[in-house]
Amino acid sequence: MSKNPEFVKFDKVDKSYDGKVLVVKDLQLDIAEGEFITMLGPSGSGKTTCLMMLAGFETPTHGEILLDGNIISNIPPHKRGIGMVFQNYALFPHMTVYENLAFPLRVRKVEKDEIDKKVDKALSMVSLNGFETRMPAQLSGGQQQRVAVARALVFDPAVVLMDEPLGALDKNLRESMQYEIKHIHESIGVTVVYVTHDQSEALTMSNRIAVFNDGKVQQLSNPAELYEKPVNSFVAEFIGENNTFNGEIVDIDKDKCKVKLANSEILANPVSVKSKGEKTTVSLRPERALINPSEKMDNMFSGKIEEVIYHGDHTRVRLNLLGSSEFILKVPNSTSNLELKVSQDINIGWNSTDARALDPK
Amino acid sequence: MSSETKQILTTDGIPLEVSLKKAEKKNKIKAFLLVAPLLLFLVITYIFPIGDMFMRSVDDRMVTNMLPKTFKAMDKWENLDELPPEEVYRGFYEDYKLLAENQQHGKLGQRLNKEKNGFNTITKKLFRQIKRKKIDESASLKEQINKLHKRWRDVEYWQAIKRTAPPYTASKYLKGMDMYFAADGSIAQVDEDRRIHRILWLRTLEIAFFVTLFCFFMGYPIAHLLATLPMKYSNLLMICVLLPFWTSLLVRTASWMILLQQQGIVNDFFVMIGLVADDNRPEMMYNKVGTYVAMTQILLPFMVLPLYSVMKTISPSLMRAGKSLGGTPFVAFWKVYFPLTIPGIGAGCLLVFILAIGYYITPALVGGASGTLISNQIAFHMKTTLDWSFASAMGLMLLTGVLVIYWIYNKLVGVDNIKLG
Repeated sequence: MSKNPEFVKFDKVDKSYDGKVLVVKDLQLDIAEGEFITMLGPSGSGKTTCLMMLAGFETPTHGEILLDGNIISNIPPHKRGIGMVFQNYALFPHMTVYENLAFPLRVRKVEKDEIDKKVDKALSMVSLNGFETRMPAQLSGGQQQRVAVARALVFDPAVVLMDEPLGALDKNLRESMQYEIKHIHESIGVTVVYVTHDQSEALTMSNRIAVFNDGKVQQLSNPAELYEKPVNSFVAEFIGENNTFNGEIVDIDKDKCKVKLANSEILANPVSVKSKGEKTTVSLRPERALINPSEKMDNMFSGKIEEVIYHGDHTRVRLNLLGSSEFILKVPNSTSNLELKVSQDINIGWNSTDARALDPK
Repeated sequence: MSSETKQILTTDGIPLEVSLKKAEKKNKIKAFLLVAPLLLFLVITYIFPIGDMFMRSVDDRMVTNMLPKTFKAMDKWENLDELPPEEVYRGFYEDYKLLAENQQHGKLGQRLNKEKNGFNTITKKLFRQIKRKKIDESASLKEQINKLHKRWRDVEYWQAIKRTAPPYTASKYLKGMDMYFAADGSIAQVDEDRRIHRILWLRTLEIAFFVTLFCFFMGYPIAHLLATLPMKYSNLLMICVLLPFWTSLLVRTASWMILLQQQGIVNDFFVMIGLVADDNRPEMMYNKVGTYVAMTQILLPFMVLPLYSVMKTISPSLMRAGKSLGGTPFVAFWKVYFPLTIPGIGAGCLLVFILAIGYYITPALVGGASGTLISNQIAFHMKTTLDWSFASAMGLMLLTGVLVIYWIYNKLVGVDNIKLG
C-alpha cells in the first residue's frame, strides 16, 4: 500500500472569528499518511484553530480541508472519524475506563464481544490492563492521559489529533509520555497531528514540525533541519537558544557574507539575504561557539565573562562580546574543562556556516 | 504490641490525642461562639415554634382538666357496654357543678358536642336543674340524671366522654386526612361528599409536580444558554432570570392577574389574532391554569440557578469529545452532558417542588376555588375558624411530607449529589 503524501490537505485555508482579524492566513499544508506532524507555535498563533477546523468544531472562513482526497468542510465532527485527545483529557467523569473506551464503539453499533476485544487491546497498548472498572477521578494524571489516548485510538481512526495533551503533566511524566506516544504511533502507523507550544516536545516526537506564527506556517521541516537550519529569525528564536547580532551586509558572495555590526565585522552564512546594504539578524546557536578552539575558525573574538551558571550537565556562560553583554555559551560538563571565572577574558571562535544571516528582526 | 493499639506520646509524655484536643479546643470554642447567635436565632424562631406547633396539634387537655373526678371514677367502669356505675355519675355531677359555678360549663358542652352530637342539649338541661337546685345530692345521682333526658341513658354518650379522657389526641391529624375516630374508637372515613382535605392534598401534590416539570423543561435550556453563551450575553440573560427575584412576589402575582384576566392582555391578544371569539374568552385565572402559569414563572429561577451552577462546571470539551468519538449531537448530549447535569436537576427539582408544595400567596390570589392548595386551607383555619390546633396538625403533616420526599430523593439519587452552587 503506497502512502498518500496528501492524506490531509489544507488548501488555502483562511479563518477569522470576528471578520476583522485573520487567525489563520492562507494556510497550505499537506500531511502524509502515517506521519507524525506537530504544529508548534506561541499561543494565539492559530495552531489550535487549525486543529479545531480539522476536527470539525470550527469551519474555515475560506478554502477547503481535504481528508484522503475528500472535501470535509461540510461533514459534521461525528462523521469525520477523527480521534482526538484533548488538553484536559475530556474523559467522561461519570463513566468507568471501560465505558469511556467503549463509547466510540457503542455509538458505531459494534458487537459486544468485538468491543471487549478492542478495549482490551487499546488498554494493553497504553499498559493499563486491569483498570477497566476505575472511574477517571480515581486515576493519576498520567493514567488519565493514557486512557484519553487509548480512547482516541480504540475505533481505529485514520487521523488522531492531539491538542497539547501533555500540558498538565509534570516534567518527568511528560517526558516518559512523549516516548510512549511516539512508540504507539510507530507501532500502529496512524496519522497524528499534534499541537504544542513546547519546542522540546515537538523536536522529540515529530516526523515533521510546522512552526506557526501570526496565522502562518513559518517553516515546515523535520526536527533536525528546523533546529540546525531555521529559515527566518522567528524560527531561530523560537526553537532552541540563540545568540543574535543585528547588522548590515557589506560584502556577499555565494556561501559567505560579511556583516557590519556596531563596531566590528563578522562572517556569516547568507540564508535569506541577497545583496549588499540589506539589514540582517545573524543567528548563532550557543553550543556552536567554542572556547579557545584548537582548529582554525573564520570568526575569532575575545570577550569578558559576565556570569557563570552551573546547570549540572552543562555550564552556561554569559559573555560581553562584540558590544553585547547577552552572548551565551553552553559549555558541556567534562573533566577537561577549564576554570571559568567571572571577569576573566577568553577567546571564542565559530564557523561562518553556523552563523546564519536571516531576515532582520 | 501492634502499631494500631500503641499509644503515641508527645515529647512531654502526654498522649498525642489529648494534646491534639487541647490544642484544638480554643479554635472549637471560637467557632462555636461565631455560630452561637445564629444557633440561638434558629432555636427561637424555628425549632421552638415547631415544637409548639406539635404540642398544639395533639393537645386535648381541656376536657381532661375540666372533668378530673369523672375520669378518676371511670377507672372503675369495667363493662363499657353498660351504663357506668354511680361513682361516675357522682364524679361528673361534682365536676359539672364546679364548672357551672365558674361559668365554664358552656365550653364543655360545645367540646362534648363535637365528640357526639346532642351533648349540648342534655348538658344544658343538667345545668338548669343544678341552677334550680332540683337535684338531691344525698340520693342516687345515676337515677336522677338518667331521668333528665333519654340520651343520658344511652351508653354511647358516656363512651364519648371517656374517649376525651387522654390529654393527647391524634384526631386533628385524622381530620386532615378526612378521617375521624368512630364511636367505638376505630378510625372511619368521612362521608364521600365531605372529603375536602384529601382532594386538597392530591391537588397540592399534582400542582407541585407539574410546576416542577414545567420549570424543568423551561429552565434547562435557559440554564444551558447561560452557561455556554459568551460573557456579555450571558450577563444580560442572567439579569433577565434574576429580575423576577428583585420584584416583590405580590407585584409579580398582581401583574399575572392583569395579564390573565378575561379582559386581560393575553385574552385580548387571543381575540386579536382570532384564536378565540370575543364573547367566548377562556378563563385563565381563578382556576388551575392561573396557578400553573404564575407559579411556574415565579419559581423558575430556583430551577435555573442550580442547573446553571452545575452546567458552568461541565467542560465544553466533553461534548466535543463525545462528538469527535462519533456520537451524534443528540447522543453526545444524552450520554455525556445530561448525566453530568443530574446533580443540578436534582437540586432544582427538589427546591422547586418543596417550595411549590407550601406555596400560599400566588394560589390565594390567582387560584380561585379549583387552584388553591393545602397551605391556603391552613391559612383559612389560622385566620377564619381560629382552629389553630388543626392548622398546626396540617402544617406538620406538610412538613412530614416534605421530609419524606427528601428521604425518597436521598434513597433514589443521594443527597451528596445535590449541588446548589
